[in-house]
Amino acid sequence: MGSYFLRKLITLPLTILLIAFSIFALLSLLPGDLARLVVGPEASPEAYQAVREKLQLDLPWPVRFGRWLFGLLRGDLGESLSRGLPVGALVGSSLTVTLPLALLASVIALVIALPLGTLAATHPGGLVDLATVGAAQLGMAVPEFWLGILLMGFLAIWVQAFPAGGFPGWERPGAALVHLVLPALALALPRAAYLARMTRASLADVLAAPYIRTARGKGLREASVLGRHALRNALIPVVTAAGLSLGHLLAGALVVENLFYLPGLGRLALAAVRARDLPLLSGAGLVVAGMMVLLNLVVDLAYGALDPRIRYR
Amino acid sequence: MRGLGLKLGIALLTCSLGLVALGYLWLPADPLAIGGDRFAPPSLRHPMGTDWFGRDVLARVLVGGRTSLGIALAAVALGAALGAALGGLAGLRGGLPDELLMRGMDFLLAFPPLLLALFLAVLLGPGPWGIVIAIGIFNVPYFARLVRGSLLTLREREFVLAARAIGAGPARILLRHLLPHLASPLVVQLTVSLGAALLAEAAFSYLGLGTPPPTPSWGRMLKEAQSYFALSPWPAVFPGLVLSLTVLGLNLLGDGLRDLLDPRLGRLTAWLRS
Repeated sequence: MGSYFLRKLITLPLTILLIAFSIFALLSLLPGDLARLVVGPEASPEAYQAVREKLQLDLPWPVRFGRWLFGLLRGDLGESLSRGLPVGALVGSSLTVTLPLALLASVIALVIALPLGTLAATHPGGLVDLATVGAAQLGMAVPEFWLGILLMGFLAIWVQAFPAGGFPGWERPGAALVHLVLPALALALPRAAYLARMTRASLADVLAAPYIRTARGKGLREASVLGRHALRNALIPVVTAAGLSLGHLLAGALVVENLFYLPGLGRLALAAVRARDLPLLSGAGLVVAGMMVLLNLVVDLAYGALDPRIRYR
Repeated sequence: MRGLGLKLGIALLTCSLGLVALGYLWLPADPLAIGGDRFAPPSLRHPMGTDWFGRDVLARVLVGGRTSLGIALAAVALGAALGAALGGLAGLRGGLPDELLMRGMDFLLAFPPLLLALFLAVLLGPGPWGIVIAIGIFNVPYFARLVRGSLLTLREREFVLAARAIGAGPARILLRHLLPHLASPLVVQLTVSLGAALLAEAAFSYLGLGTPPPTPSWGRMLKEAQSYFALSPWPAVFPGLVLSLTVLGLNLLGDGLRDLLDPRLGRLTAWLRS
């Protein structure tokens, strides 16, 4: 475990370096005139020259990459072309929306999925089981943003139980949370379907194991068979899946934010695309990809910590 | 239960693919024609109603399916071809190329496809190619891992040894002896990937990264309908419904085929007879 952890920690900066380089390469090494791409074909020579200087295109690329990396180490991601603000500050403030959204969605997904999956596995062939299996298939086929449109349409526009979009900021935490409910639901329901299916499958496997029969045989009540013996083991793959789901949620959040006009990372990235704001797009991309890598590492390690049978070499 | 899922999947897919195919022969109205009733509810003349411009939603769903399915198919074909080639190379050569290729695939798996689509949208401008490439690249690691994994176990099997013993060359062993074993897992993966690609395409078109208007696609139609939901929900309901049912059909088909095609279970013949 120790050496595995160490090796992972050593490869982590390498992976992030590789990601940084691919983002840089994608946006800077491809043939074509970057400054022209940013300002458009009809721009004045002065504007063109200004962007060339801002992007430091007169320098050779290794120097540009080196400067970008060096800035990265100091937490300086450069300056946004379209907004004139530091990219780090823009990305940071957008994360205060995206991260709570993804977290809220995963909590909702687990709260729905665990009881449903447990009920389905303990009553195979029952009504809850059939409904769970059906809903899981449906949930995996429905795009989050369509669910979001429907939720918004029915719960915000017709019934007006929730705000239809926008974000008041965290100065008013209650209002902020209310604004996150519908987008979080849109993200959570498809994930809940998937996780319920996993819980059901995993718990059904565990319930068929001999040690469960032993536990029942020695006269334990069904509740403690389930709680102390079955669920503990069955939830290990579910926790892993939930962790990895956070990555999916993050990607989904980028789309759903645009639907609900939430000032998160997704809207920032899309605005960067529209304005062809390369420094902002690279910064936002690096943060997203970096978070995915970190998340995968945490899930990897949590898996080992939860299940003592897993020995990393 | 399993048989039911498979049959349902085939039925759903037949319906939605049939609808899109029907669009080539007959359309209820010109999908781009503006005018007539705006926001008409579903009726005999407009089975799915009309949108903000008075365009027939059914006609747009039929034509939009071409865009959505076309992009998804092209992307999965790209991903499968590239992935199978890389996975084949890694699985057969082993050693350093294998190690390098597979680390590259791990890296790709960690890279969010949306990010790639956003980058390509800047570089290539509006149009379908950015998202075809983004979804295609996203699919590469899945096919590469699948092919490599299968080849690693297959190449140690007795029938490969036997083929080599009677003097078959590497190309013949690959094409005649190994490929048939890969066919069924590949078909399953293709089905599942196609469903995921349709969802991704819809999300990207929804964000405005796909084909520019007025060409309809299911994702773009949802984007346009969203703004007018208060006036009429129908244009937002039907394209999403058709999209979801198509993906559901593909997922059910994939699950069903996985069970059927598993050679150890030998259920295909039993199912075909039933």
